Formats: sequence, structure tokens, C-alpha cells
Amino acid sequence: MKAGIVSYGIYIPRYRITPASIGAVWGQDGNSMGKALGIESKSVPAPDEDAATIAVESARRMLRRVRVDPSRIGAIFVGSESHPYAVKPTATIVGEAIGATPVMTAADFEFACKAGTAAIQACLGLVHMDDNVMPMDYALAIGSDTSQGAPGNALEYSASAGGVSFLIGKDDVIAKIDHSISITTDTPDFWRREGMKYPSHAERFTGVPAYFKHVEMCASKVMENMGTKPGDYDYAVFHQPNGKFPVNVARKLGFTSEKIAPGLWTPRIGNTYSASMMMGLAGILDVAKPNDLILGVSYGSGAGSDGFHIEITDAIEDFNRSASPLVADEAGLGMDIDYATYLKFRKKIKMEGE
Amino acid sequence: MAVARYWRQQEQRYSLAGSKCAICNGSFFPKRTICPTCHRRSIGKMEKFLFSGKGKVVTYTIVHDPIISYADQSPYVLAVIALEEGDLVLGQIVDCDPRIVDIDLDVEMVFRRLSAEGASGTIQYGFKFRLMDVGSS
Repeated sequence: MKAGIVSYGIYIPRYRITPASIGAVWGQDGNSMGKALGIESKSVPAPDEDAATIAVESARRMLRRVRVDPSRIGAIFVGSESHPYAVKPTATIVGEAIGATPVMTAADFEFACKAGTAAIQACLGLVHMDDNVMPMDYALAIGSDTSQGAPGNALEYSASAGGVSFLIGKDDVIAKIDHSISITTDTPDFWRREGMKYPSHAERFTGVPAYFKHVEMCASKVMENMGTKPGDYDYAVFHQPNGKFPVNVARKLGFTSEKIAPGLWTPRIGNTYSASMMMGLAGILDVAKPNDLILGVSYGSGAGSDGFHIEITDAIEDFNRSASPLVADEAGLGMDIDYATYLKFRKKIKMEGE
Repeated sequence: MAVARYWRQQEQRYSLAGSKCAICNGSFFPKRTICPTCHRRSIGKMEKFLFSGKGKVVTYTIVHDPIISYADQSPYVLAVIALEEGDLVLGQIVDCDPRIVDIDLDVEMVFRRLSAEGASGTIQYGFKFRLMDVGSS
């Protein structure tokens, strides 16, 4: 039996800010900026949320949908570019909080926006491994971020927060991962140096030589290896740094807008970074039926793409989706805040004693 | 140095881990070694018990004059929560306009940052609560 997704859970913080509220402060036309980026609003973490709390919430929601004893989870990998500690893993916090410790392995992953999908690939490898080498019933891959853009920078319109957990295993798989392949190059389109608070990016360089090159190559490679074409897939999901790139890359590759709609969430919640493509995939799993085929391609700056050919199984019929919120449920709940509150929540105001 | 103290309380704070008396089935938070009903008969018969985190607001207060580390959350709600499986616990209610909090409203546990030892120390995590079925204010 091929391994795949046994369960999934998502978490999106409740607070939202609109491009109009951001633009008003910096003398920019926020509405036009939002339209150009394809973003209506983005999620903002509460002051007491970080990549670890978001990862834990998504993992707990994943567990609510299945009867899996957490102690059978043999590995937890958390992908993020906003781990709360530079040294001390987020994955151990998650392991403890969901009751998976102590017999498990854990590590934090970092690869810009694709660290979560890299975690999925690592989990696939572990559950496929010979049990005599390393017993592994289930492995947990998480993408979780509370990403930041420098105040006034274009990234501020899109950088948001969210988390997605995928439980990978071989029993009761709802979505078989039949194939995965990656494209990786050394491309300096976006980076953050050690100790720096905000990331930098190479403006328009982030488009064609970075996002489009890797996503298109990766998607084409998956289809070449599987002998498929865009028409064979019921759904497709691509990394969503903004609301425009995934739509454009889908069009270039030959996927209709209907096929990407259930997985397109950045326009509502912003770019959740490591969770971005995984959130889209979760949105598709929210509506998918047995035998549906999904093409998923993530993208992480620096740069690389992970591609997945996924087939929904009959097990999704009995899967307890309603035990936890769907992406549409969470994306639809939002409390708008103004820019001053946003600054306070994102700890951009120096407090007494700091 | 609070590192060791918080580490000892980790299970209780992360997962609402309390105790259940095998004799009277009473559940308690935080952990107890002796049941307040069954007394010495319960010695050695108290088992670890994980509360679901669901409960109801018994009473609450809105804090307008917070300690400095909670200034970014002010005003915030502190409430006594009656846990579904029994016992009461004190916790913060997050993610809502404090004016909509009321007695008897349903809440669920969420996992949040509680405090941090300055900018270079450890971060303490644990349970807080959120109103159920409340989206926008």
C-alpha cells in the first residue's frame, strides 16, 4: 500500500487586516495594491500566538478527525521560517502538546515557503522505510508560520499566519501520494540573514526566474513522470505568495480556474508561507471525492519546488471531516483590526523595559 | 529561574492534565495525589486524566490594568471555567471583544503563549480559552 495523507488539520488566526488599512499609513493606494496582488485581507496572529501555537492547534485538529493514538506518531517535522526559537525545536513542543512524546524523532525544517512540503516528503520516506530499520506507523508534517514583512514593504500586504498538519501513514489513507519530485537551485530571490527581523527580496526577480521557473518545471516533471496532462487532474494547487502568481502559473500550465478555485486561499487570508500550498491542498481535501486526482506544487525561495501527484481514496467517504473546521470555515471567520492594532499585535512597538 | 518550575507543569499547562479518582470517578485539576472526597482510600488510586478542554464560563472579569507583559492584550478577559468533565479552572478568554463574554457561554481550550523570560529566555506555553461558535465581533 502506498503511503499518503491519513488526516489533516488547519488553523488560521482570527484577526484580519485589509490592504486599504495598510496602504493608508504608508501613503499608498492600498486598494489598488490589494487588487494588484490579488489580496482582499490577510490573517494576523494574536499577540500570544506564534508558529508553535499554530502548529499545535493544527495538529490537535488533525487528530480529532481520526482514531489514532498519538503515541504511534514516530516523527514530527515542523516547517517554518518563523520558529519561535533559533535553537530549540518547535517540533518538540508539538510532540509534547499532542502526547506523541517520548518515542519519536523530531526536527524543524526551514526552506522559506516550502519547508512544510519538504517535511511531507521526509515523512513519506520514513513511513515507507523497512520497519526493522526504523518502525514508523505515522509521521506528522506541519507547515506553520507567522511571517513578517518590513513595515511599508510590499511584503506587508501579503505576509500572514496559519498552519496545516498532515498525518502521513499507510493505513486508512484518504489521499495517496503516488509520486513526488522536487526542483532545487541556488536562486537568491528572497532571504533573511541570521539575526535580522525582516526578510529581503529581489523585487521583480521573485517572479519569472524564481517562482514561475521552479513551479512550472516541477509541475511538468510530475506530469512527465506520471504520464499525465493537466486535463487528467480534478484539482491543482500551487504555492500562493499572492493571489496572482498561482492563477497565472495555472493558466500557463493549462489548468482551468475551476480546478484551482477550491485550493486558492491567499486572496482571503494572505500568504501563510510554509502553510500556503498545504492550506490550498487542505481546502481541496475538504471537498474532494474518491478517485479525484490532485496536482500540488509548492515553492520556497532560495529556491525550490516540491511536486505531488495525489489520488483520493474511498477512505475519504468515512473520514470525519466535520470533527474539525474546514478551510472555508476558518477563512470566513475574521475580526478586522486597524494598522495601529496590527503594529501592537506584531510587536513592532517598543515597550517599557525592552 | 522559572525554567524547571514551568517544565514540571508542562503536561498540566499544555494538555489540561489532571487526576481522576478511581473510586468516586471525580476529576480534578490540577493533579491531586489524594481525592478530597475519598481521602486516604484514594491513595494510589488517582489516575492521570486529560480534560477535553470544553467548558462553560462560570464568572469572569475584564482586566483593564494589565501587567506590562500583557499590555498588548489589554483589555483581556480572565474567567473561571467549569470544565465539561468536572472541576473549575482559571483561564484567559482570547480572540474576542471582551464585551461579548457572558456567563454560561461555551468555551474550548486553545494553546497559546503564556509568558516569556525576556527576549532571550524560555517561552512558556499553555492553555487559554476561546468562545465557541463566535466568529466576528
